[in-house]
Amino acid sequence: MHETDMTKALILTVKDWYNSQPEKPKIEKIHLIVGQFTCVEPMSLRFAFDIQTRHTFLEGVELAIEETPLIAFCHTCQQEYQPQIGLQYSCPNCNSPMEDIRSGRELKIDRLEYSPNNNSVLSLGD
Amino acid sequence: MHQTFDAALEIDLLHANQEGADHNRQHFDRWGITCLNIMSSPGAGKTVLLEQTLKSLKTRFKMAVIEGDMTTELDADRLRKYDVPVIPINTGRSCHLDSKMVAGGIHTLEHNYEPTDFDLVLVENVGNLVCPAEFEVGEHAKVALLSVTEGEDKPLKYPVMFQEADCLLITKTDLAPYVDIDFDRITKNVRQMNSEVIIIFVSAKTGIGLEEWFDWVTNVVQENQIQQTKQLAVQG
Repeated sequence: MHETDMTKALILTVKDWYNSQPEKPKIEKIHLIVGQFTCVEPMSLRFAFDIQTRHTFLEGVELAIEETPLIAFCHTCQQEYQPQIGLQYSCPNCNSPMEDIRSGRELKIDRLEYSPNNNSVLSLGD
Repeated sequence: MHQTFDAALEIDLLHANQEGADHNRQHFDRWGITCLNIMSSPGAGKTVLLEQTLKSLKTRFKMAVIEGDMTTELDADRLRKYDVPVIPINTGRSCHLDSKMVAGGIHTLEHNYEPTDFDLVLVENVGNLVCPAEFEVGEHAKVALLSVTEGEDKPLKYPVMFQEADCLLITKTDLAPYVDIDFDRITKNVRQMNSEVIIIFVSAKTGIGLEEWFDWVTNVVQENQIQQTKQLAVQG
C-alpha cells in the first residue's frame, strides 16, 4: 500500500501551502494528476486520503484525480502511439521499443481550489 | 456568492522521496561508494544472489549490505557469514524501501564503520514487483530479478519495474526445463519497454551466468569511481 505514503506526502505538501497562507483559506478541492504508467491506483489513493484526513483541516476536502493515458513517441515512425498496458508496449507500426514516454508517468499535485472564508476550518490537525 | 480561487502547485508527489534519494547519493559519492538497488518479487533469489556476490567479490571490493527484505534475522544471518556489515532496516509492514529508510542505514554505516573504506553498498529491497520501482533510494543503478518460475509475461504486467531496470537477472535458469519457459519471449517482452537493459541469465545453484553478473557489477563500480573522482576534483 504505497498509496498510504503518497497520501502522506500529499497532505504534507498541502499543509505547507496552507501554513504559508496568512488568511488560512478553506481548501475545497485538490487536483491531482496520476499517469496510467505509474504504480498508483487512484481508488487506493482516494481511500487513503479519506482515512488520513479525518479530524484534520482537510476533512471532507474533495480529491479530484485526473488520469493521464500512457502515450509514447516512436522516433522511427515520427508519431505518437498509445501502448496497451499489460499487452503491447512497442510501436504497433514498426515494433521499435517504447523509449520516449510523452505522458503517463505523472504523479503530481496540480492545483488547489480554495475560498478565502475560513469559518468552517475546525482544526489544523497533525 | 461563493467565490473560489485556484492555487497552482504543480508539485511532484514523490519530490520529498526524490530529494532524500539525491541526498543519499551525495553521501555515497563523497565516500566513493557505488550503491545498487536490488529488487524483485519475493522468492526470486535476491538473498542467494547476494550470498554469491559477497563470496566472490569480497577480494575485489569492500562491501556492505542494507537489508530491507527481512521478516526475520534469518536473511541477515545468512549474509553475515561472509564477514560484511549487514545493516537491517526496519520496514515495518511497508511494501518498499524509501529514501528515508535507507538514510537510516547510511547513518549506521557512517557511525559504526569508516564509510570511505567501502566501494559497494548493496540494498536488498522488499520483495515486490510494483512499489519499489517508484521509490528511488539513492542508488547508482537498479537491478531487477525475475525467476523463470514467475513466467515470461511478468514484464508486461509489471512494466514500470522492468522499464526502470539497468540490469535484469533472469534467475533459477536451472529450473527452466521443468517450467516450459521461453527465454526469447522474456527477452522480447522486456525489450518492448527497455531497449538498453543488460539481461543476464543466471543460476545461483549451478553458477551459470554469475561471472557475467560479477563483471557487470565490477564495471559499474569502476566507471562510477571514475565519475566520483572527477566530481570531487571539480568540487575541490
